[in-house]
Amino acid sequence: MLLIPCPWCGPRDEAEFHYGGQAHVAYPQDPAALSDEQWARYLFFRDNPKGVFAERWSHSAGCRRWFNALRDTATNEIHAVYRVGEPKPVTS
Amino acid sequence: MRRESGGRVDRSRVLRFTFDGREYTGHPGDTLASALLANGVRRVAASVKLGRPRGVFSAGSEEPNALVQVETPFPEPMLTATTVELYDGLAARGLAGRGRLASEPDPARYDAVHAHCDVLVVGAGPAGLAAARAAAATGARVILADEQPEPGGGLLGTAETVDGTPGAEWAAATAAALEELPDVRVLRRTTVFGYYDDNYLVAVERRTNHLGAQAPAHVARERIWRIRARRVVLATGAHERPIAFAGNDLPGVMPAGAARTYLHRYGVLPGRRAVVFTANDSAYAAALDLADAGVDVAAIVDVRQAPGSCATRARERGIEVLTGHVVRQAHGDGQVDGVVAGTDGGDVLEERPIDADLLLVSGGWSPVVHLFSQSGGSLRYDEELGAMLPGRSRQAVEVAGAARGVFTLEACLADGAGAGERAVSGTGPAPVEPSPPAGVPYWLVPAADYSAHFVDLQRDVTVADVRRATGAGLRSVEHVKRYTTAGTAHDQGKTSGLLTTAVMAHLLGVPVADLGVTTFRAPYLPVSFAALAGRDRGELHDPVRVTALHEWHVANGALFENVGQWKRPWYYPRPGEDMEAAVLRECRAAREQVAAMDASTLGKIDVIGPDAGEFLDRLYTNLMSTLKVGAIRYGVMCRADGMVFDDGTVIRLAEDHFLVTTTTGNAAAVLDWMEEWLQTEWPSLRVYCTSVTEQWATVALVGPRSREVLARLAPGLPVGAAEFPFMTWREAEVAGLPARVCRISFSGELAYEINVTSWDGLRLWEAIMAEGVTPYGTETMHVLRAEKGYPIVGQDTDGTVTPHDLGMSWVVSKKKPDFVGKRSFGRADTARPDRKQLVGLLPEDPAFLLPEGTHLVAPETVGPGRRLPEPPVPMLGHVTSSYRSAALGRTFALALVKAGQSRYGERLYAPVGDTLVPVTVTSHVLYDPEGARRDG
Ligand SMILES: [Zn+2]
Repeated sequence: MLLIPCPWCGPRDEAEFHYGGQAHVAYPQDPAALSDEQWARYLFFRDNPKGVFAERWSHSAGCRRWFNALRDTATNEIHAVYRVGEPKPVTS
Repeated sequence: MRRESGGRVDRSRVLRFTFDGREYTGHPGDTLASALLANGVRRVAASVKLGRPRGVFSAGSEEPNALVQVETPFPEPMLTATTVELYDGLAARGLAGRGRLASEPDPARYDAVHAHCDVLVVGAGPAGLAAARAAAATGARVILADEQPEPGGGLLGTAETVDGTPGAEWAAATAAALEELPDVRVLRRTTVFGYYDDNYLVAVERRTNHLGAQAPAHVARERIWRIRARRVVLATGAHERPIAFAGNDLPGVMPAGAARTYLHRYGVLPGRRAVVFTANDSAYAAALDLADAGVDVAAIVDVRQAPGSCATRARERGIEVLTGHVVRQAHGDGQVDGVVAGTDGGDVLEERPIDADLLLVSGGWSPVVHLFSQSGGSLRYDEELGAMLPGRSRQAVEVAGAARGVFTLEACLADGAGAGERAVSGTGPAPVEPSPPAGVPYWLVPAADYSAHFVDLQRDVTVADVRRATGAGLRSVEHVKRYTTAGTAHDQGKTSGLLTTAVMAHLLGVPVADLGVTTFRAPYLPVSFAALAGRDRGELHDPVRVTALHEWHVANGALFENVGQWKRPWYYPRPGEDMEAAVLRECRAAREQVAAMDASTLGKIDVIGPDAGEFLDRLYTNLMSTLKVGAIRYGVMCRADGMVFDDGTVIRLAEDHFLVTTTTGNAAAVLDWMEEWLQTEWPSLRVYCTSVTEQWATVALVGPRSREVLARLAPGLPVGAAEFPFMTWREAEVAGLPARVCRISFSGELAYEINVTSWDGLRLWEAIMAEGVTPYGTETMHVLRAEKGYPIVGQDTDGTVTPHDLGMSWVVSKKKPDFVGKRSFGRADTARPDRKQLVGLLPEDPAFLLPEGTHLVAPETVGPGRRLPEPPVPMLGHVTSSYRSAALGRTFALALVKAGQSRYGERLYAPVGDTLVPVTVTSHVLYDPEGARRDG
């Protein structure tokens, strides 16, 4: 079980969190202006890297806030967490 | 047989037990295995596939052979005799590889503890004790867990001393001193079986298993420890490895170290005349100890040509040492009665039969790296040791002692102390150099016939089986494991895993290091589901939610339906009524008179803030910001893919205050959905969302007479159709209680939803019941709504259904520039004319009730013969809801059918069992399509 450092509450057990998939997939400014393919990319296409991945988590059994984390999908190491609206941190 | 003295058993007390129906005795301190050996029981069970006799093999939890079922006090299958502590009254029997779960529930308690510590030390052998002592000396919070009933680990099975004190006494004193410290916890009979991310480890403590019928009922039988540790020291020791030769599975063949443990720990001699077959020095200690205890050691068969000083000492004791020899075969009828030794290599046909009833084997030692590997640690094959050694782990973990190849007692103590010190401060002495016993790794005695060279005793896998696998072209240890099943049994290949690899390497002519071992996965040991479930069983399995009216429902005979965690009244049978009769009566009351339902479980969310209207416009398919204060609107929410996610009503309580209702099962998901959009996409919107589901009790008052009942209960409330129109709400006093009354209908009838605080809910309900109103449950609610064609999200929809598919195009705004899901309605797929659409179905036999989930096929599929073709059968759709209708005087159903809205009047067929039931497609609105009954 991961120990996830909520940016609001500190380190808590993974069981308190819900996973929210890839981060920084913004709702398009003007969906009507998109082609079907562009819209489908927004709806259905997500990255699936082996390595560092920016992803969303919700501290659903705690402060109920959404935040972002940089997690290595191969090792489960969480390199950074940051609040919604903050830029993605640069990690080595 | 039991010796007169020696060992750590208490000979002053006698424990009686039965095995395979025969009575025996043993002593406190025995395991079932040691007691069986003390009684001369060699054969414990038959093997799983071949039915070969098998006996006690090891002296610990790595046991592959001696599987037993304990019958009392509660039947428990698939235990190993080497880990079952003896108690008075124990009854057990041998198992041929498979157990039988008890058919009755286990009455024992099981629980769980969450713990945190600075240092978790796994294993209380010399290295683990030294590590715990060093860490605890700094004041750190330490947990020391060990699977045995007493500390000492390997020390319990040798005659070694620490600082002049017998090893077991030193271990007991060290553990006792640790327990004196306030921040140290010593867990006995506790196996750490899983090592997960971020130093989260899970252990099982066997608290009362060893007490048999004397176990106090109020103490948990087993306890799961969930431990988060800052650092971990793994001092998990090593397992001695078998060698593959003919007959190596016979009772009487055992690792040399195990025999030594039976001697020193249990005072038991596992045989009278022994042959030792080894490739390293460690087995000599066992040979000499057993000889000292009176065992006739007939010969030491050493693979090595020049074994060194240990051979000299053995010869000085008068023991014959055959160097450069191997044991070609162990033979005997049901147990070992002799071995055939020969020169290594096999081409020289010099053979030497030796009589013996005990064959001690040492192919080398494998450090127990299971937990280290589970931590994400890498392993590397060490050529000298012939075993996998821990490499690097990304977690904060140290390995100490034999688990990293350090074998001498002095070195283990130093290595453990260093690891304990480093675990606290991050600095300390470097790990000591590995010190394996002098020897060579040795795996396989060459032969022409490999059909009795066992690699996995528990799965009955032989070298011949492995050769079949490599002969079939398999080159990966993972593939060979699955092909042969080697390593997949109860013991997960603790003693056979590396041997399987080495045999493969021999057959393929490649280095062992190139093949590696199969992945180590949790759990290290089998753990009972009862322990993992703990207290989360029965009533405590999941929270139960009940409404403020629950007691009334119970007192009035309601049967309940689980909706999510809620208990909802299903129907209220009167004496002599079955479900069908009760529901038809309740439906008639709602359609013809007046009836009431507890609707408190509907999800209710307060949406408050200056931007609340804008927010709801973005989430619902229709406009909400234009709603007037005092009015109510039905709304549908879709996911961004355009599929219906939830529906309900939106009530405008004030300019900046909406109350949103959701389906019962979806309330939490809708609140999450709102929070997600607010926090991640629209943080600039000034809106707060709050669940108020439990703050309100809600009663639906339904039927043509509902207005007169409401008028009597709320004399101050104008209830006329013009004064209190459909889809509006009023503050009022109902039955003397402050209430919010909404004119909403989920049945098509004149209806009101009366909301009061939960505290007042029961009084409101009782006042309504006092008016002679019929209570109805969820089944009637479902029938009434289905007659009107109102879908239930999650029953009539499944995440592939748009509002248009439900015949609700009217609820999708064309004015709004955007809302969640809108863009998806422009996709080619959501515009397909052959999408599945919600329709009504009328079985041609008006008494036939279609089972929900029934598939539907076209007449052309069925053909004139009225038979289904061979699969795959083209399906048009399926039945989502099906009921008997009092109002229609017949059965009916709702269904999702391809291009259903263009099929009204068509006949389809529903395969039910062996028959094809003809049904007619209709509009999904079957009752009062004009909506004439809404105003009463
Ligand atoms: Zn939090």
